[in-house]
Amino acid sequence: MATLTPVRPELEPGRGDAPRPGRKKTGTRRSLVRSVPLLPAIVLLAIFLLGPVISSFYGSLTDASLTGATAQSSSFVGFDNYVELFADPDFPKSVVLTLIFLIASAIVGQNVLGLGLAILMRSSNKIVRAMVGTFVVTAWVLPEIVAAFAAYAFFNDTGTINSVLALIGIEGPNWLYALPMLSVILANIWRGTAFSMLVYAAALQDVPTEITESAEVDGATGWQRLVYITLPVIRRSISTNLMLTTLQTLSVFTLIFVMTGGGPGTNSSTLPVLAYQEAFQFGKLGFGTAIATILLLVGAAFSLVYIRALKPEVD
Amino acid sequence: MKRSLATVLALGAASALVLSGCSAGDSGGDSNTIKVAYQKFGTFTQLDAHMKEVKAAFEAENEGMTVELVPIEAQQNDYFTKLALMNKSAATAPDVMYEDTFMVESDADAGYLAPLDEYTAEWTDWDAFYDNAKGAGLGGDGKTYGIPMGTDTRALWYNKDLFGQAGLPVPWEPKTWEDVLDAAATVKAKLPDVIPLNVYSGKAQGEAAAMQGFEMLLYGTGDTLYDTEDKKWVTGSQGFEDSLTFIKDLYQGELGPTPEQALDKNVGTLVAAEWLPQATLAIDLDGSWLSGTWLETGTAPWPEWNDVMGQAPMPTQDGDEPGATSMSGGWTLAMGAKSKNKDAAWDFIALALDKDNSQAYDIAASQIAVRSDVSEDPDYQAANPSFGFFSEIVEVTNFRPATSDYGQISSEITVAMEAVMTGQQSPTDAAKAYDEALVRIVGEENTMGAK
Repeated sequence: MATLTPVRPELEPGRGDAPRPGRKKTGTRRSLVRSVPLLPAIVLLAIFLLGPVISSFYGSLTDASLTGATAQSSSFVGFDNYVELFADPDFPKSVVLTLIFLIASAIVGQNVLGLGLAILMRSSNKIVRAMVGTFVVTAWVLPEIVAAFAAYAFFNDTGTINSVLALIGIEGPNWLYALPMLSVILANIWRGTAFSMLVYAAALQDVPTEITESAEVDGATGWQRLVYITLPVIRRSISTNLMLTTLQTLSVFTLIFVMTGGGPGTNSSTLPVLAYQEAFQFGKLGFGTAIATILLLVGAAFSLVYIRALKPEVD
Repeated sequence: MKRSLATVLALGAASALVLSGCSAGDSGGDSNTIKVAYQKFGTFTQLDAHMKEVKAAFEAENEGMTVELVPIEAQQNDYFTKLALMNKSAATAPDVMYEDTFMVESDADAGYLAPLDEYTAEWTDWDAFYDNAKGAGLGGDGKTYGIPMGTDTRALWYNKDLFGQAGLPVPWEPKTWEDVLDAAATVKAKLPDVIPLNVYSGKAQGEAAAMQGFEMLLYGTGDTLYDTEDKKWVTGSQGFEDSLTFIKDLYQGELGPTPEQALDKNVGTLVAAEWLPQATLAIDLDGSWLSGTWLETGTAPWPEWNDVMGQAPMPTQDGDEPGATSMSGGWTLAMGAKSKNKDAAWDFIALALDKDNSQAYDIAASQIAVRSDVSEDPDYQAANPSFGFFSEIVEVTNFRPATSDYGQISSEITVAMEAVMTGQQSPTDAAKAYDEALVRIVGEENTMGAK
C-alpha cells in the first residue's frame, strides 16, 4: 500500500526520460524501445478490457435477445434502447437507488469508518489492534457469495440480528423486506470497510510525526490535527481509495442479488441488478447492455470528479 | 467499473461454460455422443429419473452411442435462460432438450430448434398423439418442433382436514372468486397459524406466477391476454385490473403467504414438500402434477395425500359460464438445430416418448397423457386417483397465446403482480404500466382495446 504515496526520486543526470538538447532523436527512439516491454500488457488490456467495453457498447445499439427471431439475427437499432430506457419508470428509480447505495455504503460508510478504525487502531495496543484487524479483514477475505449468504442469514426474518433483538425484548423488523436498502448498505459497509482501513492504515504511516508533535506543542486539538495535518497529508490516498471503493461498490451484484434479488418489487434494484434482470431474466440482451453502458458512464463521471477535486498528482 | 460491466457480460459466458462443464471439449465434434438437456429442480426429479432409464435403454440399443445427460438445476425462469445460453453456441448446444410448449415458437424463431416433420412423417406412433397436443409443438411456420410429453391443467387443491377444523364444507365447491376469498378468510379467522391460500405471484416465480397465478384468474373474467380472432394483444381490460385486485386483496389482506415468502425462489418446493403435507397451507392454486411429489417415486412421499387433499375447479370471477376455468401447458422434447447427429437425436426422442416410456413418465410426473393409447390404458387410469378430476377440466381449459413475444409479456405480468402484492402500485397503475410495456414489446399496431 506504500506505493499509493510514492516519493518522487530526484532525476539523476543521464537517467530518466527527460529529453536533452541535441539528443532528441535518440531519446525518442530510446523511449520507444523502452516501451516495448509494455506491449504485451497493452495488448492484453485491449483484448480483455477495451474489447468487452466496445462490444457491450455495440450490443447496446442492437435488439439482440435470448430467444425469438432477434436471437438469431439481431439488427442495429441505433439509440432505441436508450430512448426506451429513459422512458422506463424503473430506470430513474434504479439510478437513485444506485447513488444512495454508493454514497451511503462506499463514500460515507466504508471511507469514514475505515479512516476512523485506522486512526483508532494507531493509538490502541497490540492485542486490540490484532483482534479488531482480524474481525474487520475477515469480511473482506470471504468470497463475495459467501459474504452475501452470511449477510442474508444475518438480516433474514428469523436471522441473527432479529434473534439477538428478541433476547432483549425488541421485535425486529423484517429487514430484507421492509428495509431492503438499509440492509444491503449495512452489508456492503461490513464487507468493504476492511479495504479502506488497510489503505488508510498504510497512509497514516506516512504522516510525519514531527509535524503532528509540533502542532501538539503549539496547542492544536486532536480534531485540528486531523483536519489540518493528517487529512491534507493523506489526500492522495483518500482520492485513490474513494475511486477504488466507488468503482467496487457500483459493480456490487452478488451481495444484492442474494440478499434481496433486487426486491421487493424494484425497491433494491440497483443498476447491475436491473441490467441482469433485463438481459438474462427477461431475455432482452441489448436493453440490458444499454444499462451496463450507463453504469460505465456513471463510474467514469465519479472517477473524473475525484481526480479533479483531490488532484492526487500535485504535491 | 470495468469489473461491473465484465461481470454482466461474463455471467452469460460463465453460465454457459459451467453448464457445459467439462463436456464441451469432448462432445464438440463427436457425433457419437448426443447431449440431452433438461430441468431438475427441487421436487421435480421425475424427469431426471426417466432420462436415466431412457439413456440406459438407448445405449443398449445403439452400440457405440453415448448419451450425455445435462440436468440443469434451476428454477423455471433460470432454466429458460440457461438453456438459451447453451443454445447460442454450437459447442454447448444440446441435441435434445426439454422445452416448454410456450417457448417452442420463440425458440424456433431464434433458430435453436430443428423441424421434425420429416421424422414424424415416418413415425407410426405419431398417430396416437391427440391433435391439440400436436398443435402445442408447432412453430410459427406451421412445422413441428416439439414432441409433447404430457399436458396439465390447474385447479384448487385444498386440505380436507383443515377445512373440517375451520368448519368449511367438504367437498368444497366454490362458485365465484368471492367464495374462494371467503373460505380463505374463514381459515384465517379459525386457524390463525395456517396460511389460508397460496397463489403464485411475483418475478421470482416467473412463468409459474403468470400462468398458475394470474392467467387462472384472468381467463375466468371473460377477458383474455390475446384476441385470437383479431390476432392482437388486449390492453386496458377490466379483467386484467380485477385479477390484479384479487392478488392485492390476497397478499395485502394477509390471506396468503407473506409477500417475502411468496417472493422466495423456493416457494414452489416449500408448498409441495412442506406446507401441504404438514398442513400449514389450506388452499393452493396449483397444477395437476402436484401429486407426483407425494407418490412413492416422488421426492416427498406422502401416502395419505389422497385422503387429505381435495381438488376443486377454479371458479370464474362471478360464476359466469362455464362456471370454472383452467390453463393448460405442457412440455415437449425438441431437437437442437445445431445437433451434429440429428438421426440419433430423433431416435432418442422417439424412444423416450414411445408408449411405454410416455406412460411411465406420465404416471411418475402426474402428467395428463397426450397419447390416446396411454390415456386409455387401465394401468394409467388406476395409477393416480386425481387423474380423473384433472382430465375432466380439460373441457374448460385455456391455452396461452402461442406467439414468440409471450415470454417477454409473461415477464411483464409478473412485474405487475409483484408491484401490487407488495403494495408499491395500485392495480390500476400496475395495469397501466403493463399496457405501456406491452405496447413497447409488440408495437402499437398489434394491440387493441378491450371489447
